[in-house]
Amino acid sequence: MRLVKNGRITTDLFVHVAEGAELPGDGAILVPAAQFLADPEAVLKHGKVGVIWPNNRDLDDLVPYLDRLAAVALVFPSFRDGRAYSQARLLRERHGYDGELRATGQVLRDQFVFMSRAGFDAFEVKKDADADAFAETVKRYSVFYQPTGDGRVTALNRRMQLRHSESAGQ
Amino acid sequence: MYAYDELDRTLINERVSEFRDQVKRRLSGELTEEEFKMLRLQNGVYLQLHAYMFRVAIPYGTLSSKQLRRLAHVARRYDRGYGHFTTRQNIQFNWIKLAELPDALAELAEVGIHAMQTSGNNMRNVTSDQWAGVAPGEVEDPRIWSEILRQHTTLHPEFSFLPRKFKIAITASEHDRAAIKIHDIGLRLHKNADGETGFEVLVGGGLGRTPFIAKTIKPFVAGRDILSYVEAILRVYNQYGRRDNIYKARIKILVHELGIEKFAKEVDEEWKQMDGGGLTLDHSVIDEVRARFSYPAYEKLPHMPDELKQAAHDPLFERWRKNSVAPHKVQGYSIVTLSLKPVGGPPGDATADQMDAIADLADKYSFGEIRVGHEQNLALPHVAKRNLPQLWKALDRLGLATPNVNLVTDIIACPGLDYCSLANARSIPIAQELTRRFANHDTAEMIGRLHINISGCINACGHHHVGHIGILGVEKNGEEFYQITIGGRADENAQMGALIGPAVPYAEVADVIEDIVEAYLALRDRPEELFVDTVKRLGVEPFKERVYATR
Repeated sequence: MRLVKNGRITTDLFVHVAEGAELPGDGAILVPAAQFLADPEAVLKHGKVGVIWPNNRDLDDLVPYLDRLAAVALVFPSFRDGRAYSQARLLRERHGYDGELRATGQVLRDQFVFMSRAGFDAFEVKKDADADAFAETVKRYSVFYQPTGDGRVTALNRRMQLRHSESAGQ
Repeated sequence: MYAYDELDRTLINERVSEFRDQVKRRLSGELTEEEFKMLRLQNGVYLQLHAYMFRVAIPYGTLSSKQLRRLAHVARRYDRGYGHFTTRQNIQFNWIKLAELPDALAELAEVGIHAMQTSGNNMRNVTSDQWAGVAPGEVEDPRIWSEILRQHTTLHPEFSFLPRKFKIAITASEHDRAAIKIHDIGLRLHKNADGETGFEVLVGGGLGRTPFIAKTIKPFVAGRDILSYVEAILRVYNQYGRRDNIYKARIKILVHELGIEKFAKEVDEEWKQMDGGGLTLDHSVIDEVRARFSYPAYEKLPHMPDELKQAAHDPLFERWRKNSVAPHKVQGYSIVTLSLKPVGGPPGDATADQMDAIADLADKYSFGEIRVGHEQNLALPHVAKRNLPQLWKALDRLGLATPNVNLVTDIIACPGLDYCSLANARSIPIAQELTRRFANHDTAEMIGRLHINISGCINACGHHHVGHIGILGVEKNGEEFYQITIGGRADENAQMGALIGPAVPYAEVADVIEDIVEAYLALRDRPEELFVDTVKRLGVEPFKERVYATR
């Protein structure tokens, strides 16, 4: 497994805390949702805290803490299970979350474009070859039909701009 | 026709190169079959009984002659010289080689054809009325909205890994030719009391092992809000649709389990919070898409040209005209349906030579345009009435003028056990046998409108539940048996057919269908009463008695 963050392979500064395990003494931690919610204030005192949020749990319980979290890790138990795409967009676009948004689980090359469009900026990539190909893979597409929070200009908007510039030139 | 611009072209080319890379990684072993399966399905590639099957999208059923020629070329070069038109405005090739697929796709992309999302758990090809834009009395051309939805659903970053497949169909006519009530989302374009154009939105229709007719979730959603409303439905489904059981994963089950009121409330809440979500379509955006649909420069022609008056003396021409020619919104023009249901042929198949010839005829007589309908027939949508006699002669030579449109031999059938790895029983030979039994056109005309639908398994690709007569292949102790239902329909009054009795073996199916038809002829109260109306009036019982009395 390799971590890709902001487009580059990088060292993971977060320690994954296993379900029910003691929190480590120092350093950034990624904590399972249940453990976090059991006593959020205590966990947050730890410093740099991220939460691993399951894809079948409503985000409402997490939202009050978003501005104090260093990371949110969403889960793809299988690459066929697309629930976390909706969670990612809601976190970014509805709740204004701007910290690290990490994709975990079965994260493969052919999901990179969808994931980055949905708002993920960190990826725990299952296969090394996929991680190595990240930069090249996210450039596969230059045209996008849907507006999402990633700021890419949609085809419709590009057409409208083109039309305006054409009519301005007449 | 919708004209692709540079952006549309760029996107499908980028999709081709992505798929080429995926195939390369599969062939080199870098991708496991399990990983590759989802990727190939996202691009219309199934592994069937004998080979890979390749399903290509014909969005909202509109093709140019150039595109049809390219499909013919793919059939010839990469397949065995024919293609199969499906019930969802797609064409399937049954003998494709995986290593050659990227080249076939690249050739299709050159003419603006793709296979994106023709299978897999994503938003499938958006379908519409095959007479869109030419049918009299239409609210407006539903293809404008189909294209807006096609773009929006293509490579959607949030909804490409849904619990299960998701199908949207749109109609803008009173008579529903797009079967919207058996779709995950059905959209009926209409005008509200203020004269504003919008949609009645239906949700949760579908066939398969748990069939449901779609329910109205909102009687009116303004056109500008349709994308955000559809997005809200999808978001609720993506999060709450079942993923534990493939047979319970369609949105129809979620709608059924929650109840339409509760489901509608969830969607409304989501929709309110989205507040447009950047998806509100202002007029200029809709006009931009509308502007890229071109319409023929129709001539001013008489309602009844001399050529047609003369040809009326030929009873064979008249028979075909009455059967296969429908009124056009422009005076002097007609919509001509090309039957892909010749006697003894597999329903919906066309050879590469036929496709090329149809493309030529479309250039000559239909402004270069062809349509594909869910009944697995083609249509030429803009034929000047004065050209009908010549067109008929040409179609007849090609075997495309069988005057059986909407009649008993206009059978909808899935590929069945002859091709499909899911099937329990054969469909095509049953259809072929039935076309032979009812080959006499006088008899077929006397019987009148009667839709027979055949599926080779419960997945219901042949839409058997909504056939006036539905035939479903099942397996019993290693043998092919068939359950028969009557009284179903797929139009604006859609409903499921009712089972007539125990399943019958393969060899008896055609006899049973003949018995049912004979019973109908004896039971109808006048010749104009359609089969499906007689069943409605009398119920299943008198038919059941007739069929099982001697069995």
